[in-house]
Amino acid sequence: MATGDVALGQQAASASVHDASKRVVNDFSIQVATVNGSGSQSANSVLLKSIFGMGIPVSGKNLFPSNIAGLPTWYTIRDSKYGYVARKKEIDILIAMNAETAKEDILSLPSGAVAIYEDAQNLKQYRDDVACYPVPFDKLTAAVCPEARLRKLVKNMIYVGVIAQLLSFDMTAVEAALRRQFSKKQKAADLNWAAVQAGYNYAAESFTKHDPYVLERMHATEGKIIIDGNAAAALGAMFAGVTVVTGYPITPSSSVVEQLIDYLKKYRIEADGKSTFAVVQAEDELAAVGMVLGAGWSGARSMTATSGPGISLMAEFAGLGYFAELPGVIFDIQRVGPSTGLPTRTAQSDLLSIAYLSHGDTKHVMLLPGSVKECYEFAIAAFDLAERLQTPVFVVSDLDLGMNNWMSEPFDYPEKPLDRGKVLTAEDLKRLGEFGRYKDVDGDAIPYRTLPGTDHPKAAYFTRGSGHNEKALYTERPDDYQNLMERLNRKFETVRTLVPAPIVAQTGKSKVGIIAFGTSDFAVIESRDQLKKEYGVETDYLRIRAFPFASEIHEFVASHDRVYIVEQNRDAQLLSLLKLDLPAAEIVKLRSIRHFNGLPIYARSVTDEFVLQEGII
Amino acid sequence: MATTTATPTPAPKVNRLGLPILDYRGGKTTLCAGCGHNAISERIIDALYEMGVQPERVMKLSGIGCSSKSPAYFLSRAHSFNSVHGRMPSVATGALLGNKTMTALGVSGDGDTASIGMGQFVHLMRRNLPLIYIIEDNGVYGLTKGQFSATADIGSKLKTGVINDLPAIDTCSLAIQLGATFVGRSFSGDKKQLLAMLKAALAHKGTVMLDVISPCVTFNDHEGSTKSYAYVKEHDVVLHTADYIAGGREIVVDYEPGSVHDVELDDGSHVLLRKLDVDYDPTDALGALRIIHETADRGEFVTGLLYVDTQDRDLCERERLIPTPLAHLDEESLRISREDWEKLMQ
Ligand SMILES: Cc1ncc(C[n+]2csc(CCOP(=O)(O)OP(=O)(O)O)c2C)c(N)n1
Ligand code: SF4
Ligand SMILES: [Mg+2]
Repeated sequence: MATGDVALGQQAASASVHDASKRVVNDFSIQVATVNGSGSQSANSVLLKSIFGMGIPVSGKNLFPSNIAGLPTWYTIRDSKYGYVARKKEIDILIAMNAETAKEDILSLPSGAVAIYEDAQNLKQYRDDVACYPVPFDKLTAAVCPEARLRKLVKNMIYVGVIAQLLSFDMTAVEAALRRQFSKKQKAADLNWAAVQAGYNYAAESFTKHDPYVLERMHATEGKIIIDGNAAAALGAMFAGVTVVTGYPITPSSSVVEQLIDYLKKYRIEADGKSTFAVVQAEDELAAVGMVLGAGWSGARSMTATSGPGISLMAEFAGLGYFAELPGVIFDIQRVGPSTGLPTRTAQSDLLSIAYLSHGDTKHVMLLPGSVKECYEFAIAAFDLAERLQTPVFVVSDLDLGMNNWMSEPFDYPEKPLDRGKVLTAEDLKRLGEFGRYKDVDGDAIPYRTLPGTDHPKAAYFTRGSGHNEKALYTERPDDYQNLMERLNRKFETVRTLVPAPIVAQTGKSKVGIIAFGTSDFAVIESRDQLKKEYGVETDYLRIRAFPFASEIHEFVASHDRVYIVEQNRDAQLLSLLKLDLPAAEIVKLRSIRHFNGLPIYARSVTDEFVLQEGII
Repeated sequence: MATTTATPTPAPKVNRLGLPILDYRGGKTTLCAGCGHNAISERIIDALYEMGVQPERVMKLSGIGCSSKSPAYFLSRAHSFNSVHGRMPSVATGALLGNKTMTALGVSGDGDTASIGMGQFVHLMRRNLPLIYIIEDNGVYGLTKGQFSATADIGSKLKTGVINDLPAIDTCSLAIQLGATFVGRSFSGDKKQLLAMLKAALAHKGTVMLDVISPCVTFNDHEGSTKSYAYVKEHDVVLHTADYIAGGREIVVDYEPGSVHDVELDDGSHVLLRKLDVDYDPTDALGALRIIHETADRGEFVTGLLYVDTQDRDLCERERLIPTPLAHLDEESLRISREDWEKLMQ
């Protein structure tokens, strides 16, 4: 990751509107304000992929309402020559396509920004410190699109053309991105390309550029791919050999299962039309997870994907899975709080509820991907771990990672064979004579299991919740229960050594550390650069990738004076989990930086809070 | 070893697999003596033994309740899963998708099914999962000490004198409406009928829903209860006598022509339903619903094979699953090739 020069961007933002001589190259953000249901996704995707095609690091975020049509939606694209992919709070270029919000949208721009909008709207009256480019969208659309019913969609491509001209996009990259977007529909591609050109030509003829923003070709995206976290997770699940998939639709997790179905249909149907997988749309999340555990019990690799409300419903089964030691993989694509309101906004706020989901003494394994590549890799790891450990494994992602497009190094073909865990066959039993389902034979507290149908009279055992001894016989004896609980606890110690270790960036020069997980990583990376550049402060950084916490985390906290825990929730959930795990001498070192307004965390918020708490200014 | 005694003990009776009935038994029951659930366990043992089902090829699934404990009391040589209250159908669905070659027996109670488990129950019926789903129906929550369940009839009285004033949920009508393909009602006290129905159930390929009235001697076997032994015996309207004829065996019909309904099951076996008072066609769903309602209105229970459809595809067929159980697929059949992978990554 390159170091950042944020001050440059800020200067540019406050530069005079008419002073286009101060060029801002490859370091700004574009926001498209639309109405949901207006079909702007294709246009936005073409914009993102055109910039990517020009070799410039880029990220895109869809801020959308929980609604099918008619409410405001914003799509933000950030290009950054430094490779920063976190959200940037300031909008440099606004494309105001939503008349309802246009006034508010333009009023929220920083001075020196750019606004592109429908001619008739006369937004210029609100800001004379913003570079305005009014466009007669409807007129231009009508000219290229005789079919009235398609105009609403095609109109979006006009702004692609306008912005391409204003920012000096490489038009071969735009056309390539557009043709790829409509690869299966030649006619649609031609129509949309005509619209892009109409926008481009209009801008070329009508505007004199009076803003500083331009794109220039780079070579920073070569060999990279663009994918969303949910597709990456789905790919990982397919690679892990998932066979039973269940789900109950819920944003932002539905696309995990939907994309997985597409992959499975493509790659896992035999020549005779028979499938090596089953997908069930369950009646609710209780059933979804019940099916997962039933399938895991029978020996199949099984998964479901959900979000917070579904996690709540899965609570009872999660506990059973823990006690009865059943494998299964549950993807949680986190979103904000319960019920109606902000279900389409991002958060990292399910951590505490998953860690101890259910009643009784339970705790669960969580994998915490911090990139689309990790969505893929941890999906594969989750299936191995679930069977190795015989317990439900949660892969905890979020809306920002799951539903947005991210650049990534291509994923690697998995070299590691599948780990199916400790399963005894009929032959094993013939040799052993018998087995104790819940006996710790190897000292790692992980017992052996048999699968239903194993052809040996001693293979069967009785699966139930809390009341079982080492032989899986019913018991309510205090010592049996306590033995079970202690072994499960020891098993959790084994888990620590098997889950993905944290990533540590140690400068060796700092007594101050930062800890984060998941999508907070992008903001922390940028914030550390800001702290160094702007304040001369070096920080060390550890990114947690799993719960239970690996020993490196203790060492990291022990070796620093103060450690800031950065996370996207109100109650400092990661910090709370760390408190339960760390010795008292380390707990006092922990400080909290939180971001919880439903939008992805951005670097400046981390930097400002850090500086404040450190008393730097 | 002792030397041989004068009278050699006769070889134990065995079934077609050469297994004695002992191999179908389970742990000693901890349910109350006389509990209907125990009688049902006995019939399950008989049916599996007589049908010659390999014990290891069975999986037992249950929810929570006295009834749901009962899988511990039969067929110890089969894997068993005592899950959570009302959610056995989902566990069974997963388990069967994982291994569709198993014979799956689900045991539930009326509380487990008709209250907390209603959501999963109705969806199970729709999916036609190849599962034998038995409701051990006593009209109360036995394990939590006798509260009314949702199958309690209007006017039925608890020991405490409380009278149920809510309409009963009829699980058989529901199952028929929702597309279950084998629906029957029986009584734990009717050995012959229950055994024949269980055997037929084992030969059916989709979901079997058996509601077996199974009196709770501790909380619901008194005067005033409509689920007591005495009441049920008195008000049992037996539709037909059922005889199960294994596949391949010649059917010798010595009944009057027209008096027998012959249902051919998936494995080529037959149930012969000998008509009693009523003329009954178990392939007529509307007729089934009518007789259930008519008898219920009179305060009676109709028992027998109420509805059967041997044509519908089961869930595994609809999912077009390969013959090998999904649980047995190895890495080679699960992982895509490197070439496909490279294309995918472009
Ligand atoms: C989530 C949950 N709620 C409540 C209970 C308590 N509970 C245990 S068994 C039972 C009722 C069982 O009734 P039924 O299914 O009719 O079985 P029976 O004991 O009558 O055979 C209840 C409510 C539970 N185990 N789990
Ligand atoms: S309480 Fe009732 S249902 Fe439970 S075991 Fe006793 S008799 Fe059977
Ligand atoms: Mg009951």
